[in-house]
Amino acid sequence: MPRLHPLGDAALLCELPPPATLPQQQRIWALGAEVQRWAGVGEVLPGMNNLTLTFDPTAIDIDALMARVNEAWPRLSATAIEGRRVEIPVAYGGVHGPDLADVAAHTGLTQAEVVRRHSAADYVVYLLGFLPGFAFMGGLPPELATPRRSEPRTAVPARSVGIGGEQTGIYPLVSPGGWQLIGRTSLELFDPSAEPPTLLRPGDRVRFIVESVQTT
Amino acid sequence: MMLVQKPGMLASVQDLGRHGHRQLGICPGGALDVLALTLANRLVGNADGAAGLEITMGGCEIRFETATRIALVGDGFGARLDGAPLWPCWSVPVAAGQTLKLAGANAAGVKKAGLRSWLAVAGGIDVPPVLGSRSTDLKAGFGGHQGRALRKGDRLALGATALDAARLARRPFGVRGPDGGPEESDGSIALRVLPGPEFDQFTAASHSQLWNERWRITAQSNRMGSRLAGAELNRKRSADMLSSGVIPGTVQVPPSGQPIILMGDAQTTGGYPRIGVVIRADLWKLARAPLDGRLRLVQVDMAAALQAWAEQQRYLAQVAQGLAAAGWTGPA
Repeated sequence: MPRLHPLGDAALLCELPPPATLPQQQRIWALGAEVQRWAGVGEVLPGMNNLTLTFDPTAIDIDALMARVNEAWPRLSATAIEGRRVEIPVAYGGVHGPDLADVAAHTGLTQAEVVRRHSAADYVVYLLGFLPGFAFMGGLPPELATPRRSEPRTAVPARSVGIGGEQTGIYPLVSPGGWQLIGRTSLELFDPSAEPPTLLRPGDRVRFIVESVQTT
Repeated sequence: MMLVQKPGMLASVQDLGRHGHRQLGICPGGALDVLALTLANRLVGNADGAAGLEITMGGCEIRFETATRIALVGDGFGARLDGAPLWPCWSVPVAAGQTLKLAGANAAGVKKAGLRSWLAVAGGIDVPPVLGSRSTDLKAGFGGHQGRALRKGDRLALGATALDAARLARRPFGVRGPDGGPEESDGSIALRVLPGPEFDQFTAASHSQLWNERWRITAQSNRMGSRLAGAELNRKRSADMLSSGVIPGTVQVPPSGQPIILMGDAQTTGGYPRIGVVIRADLWKLARAPLDGRLRLVQVDMAAALQAWAEQQRYLAQVAQGLAAAGWTGPA
């Protein structure tokens, strides 16, 4: 059962005990889809292993809301969301991935092998957060995990593909960031005038396709 | 049309926020003081959600090229319309060619340093809505006027006003501003706070410091959050947190132990422990709290938070009734 705790007077946090796993995350998505149908519930926001929902306390009382989450939880199935398959072309290394050599050095693999393993894995979008369209993805091969840079960059170029600890992701916009940059995609991750505005959604399955590799 | 002659430190087009897209990582943004923009809009005959300007630390000059009506709510910054004082919470007719000037925060004659003011113009500022809102997302660079803060020389179009000519030109009138609530004798601003999901992870000493400290608002504060300085808050043991949703008002504590109160432009998810959350009814006070000012965080329970919200809604309803009774809103 998730732990329930108010987040202020109009939001509720539903949080599962660690570690985060895909089956747990799938039930989080299922909970999000379920509560969104309830009167008085506003937005739902999946986190890693947790869900935050906003609600109107004049329409639904928090105690009633918590009781309803507890009652709904055991009935939720872990397979409610069928994510799309999204292929993301990446130019690895060189000016597009200035930290590829550092990742290779840290992991003890060659640069070509880092690229091969990064592009061979299946990733799942657990949630979007941090920036519009920024996907937190699970599925990075553990041997590619590399700590964040000790000096974060003040301006990471948009569409950079990076590794931060045990996660991989893509910066949708120019932003400060500390992840190790290994490549860059030509796809737009966020376009406010498009429908939908983000390339990725929670539940999507992602493969990185090698477009080019430049090793040093 | 209105012409920005000086934007001041930071001025941007904002409405009541871009809602419904948090799960795509898109922050709600919008006027940090929703109460102020709502009030300003009602004073000029707009719908509550019309777009206005959020002005930071005064220093702003705007020339109106067409006749209209304006209202300023928040810190006044000695605002003058062609030299005549413009009081906060007043609705004032503007002739074509008149200029509104707000003094800078540190200008002589400005009584105290404030932080923000919200300006509504009859008809609202007519920028194209993006994802359901006219607010400027400064971080992601979209919405509002060209996705950015206003610059000298920007021209903003005004929407069609619902006011008839007689109302548009009606002599100035004002309404009572919102009640500031508990203000401390030492000049600090009291914000009411509910304990957050990670409250219990902090030490007993940190709990008492949280409620007893006079927190200083540092100059690193912005639309993403108010960064506070004071006692160092510590957890009983440090543990990594998984990304989890945050909302405006969330008091998060990064490893420095110095809390940050998140505001409208904050990212949608965070990884720092949430020791508390400022109640919705007090967010407007945080939006106006001046840099280097002092905050006191006061623990309340859910019932008190909801009662404070109901009182604020009653205040807005009274304003609406007063305006209707004066023949300002409703059928001509």
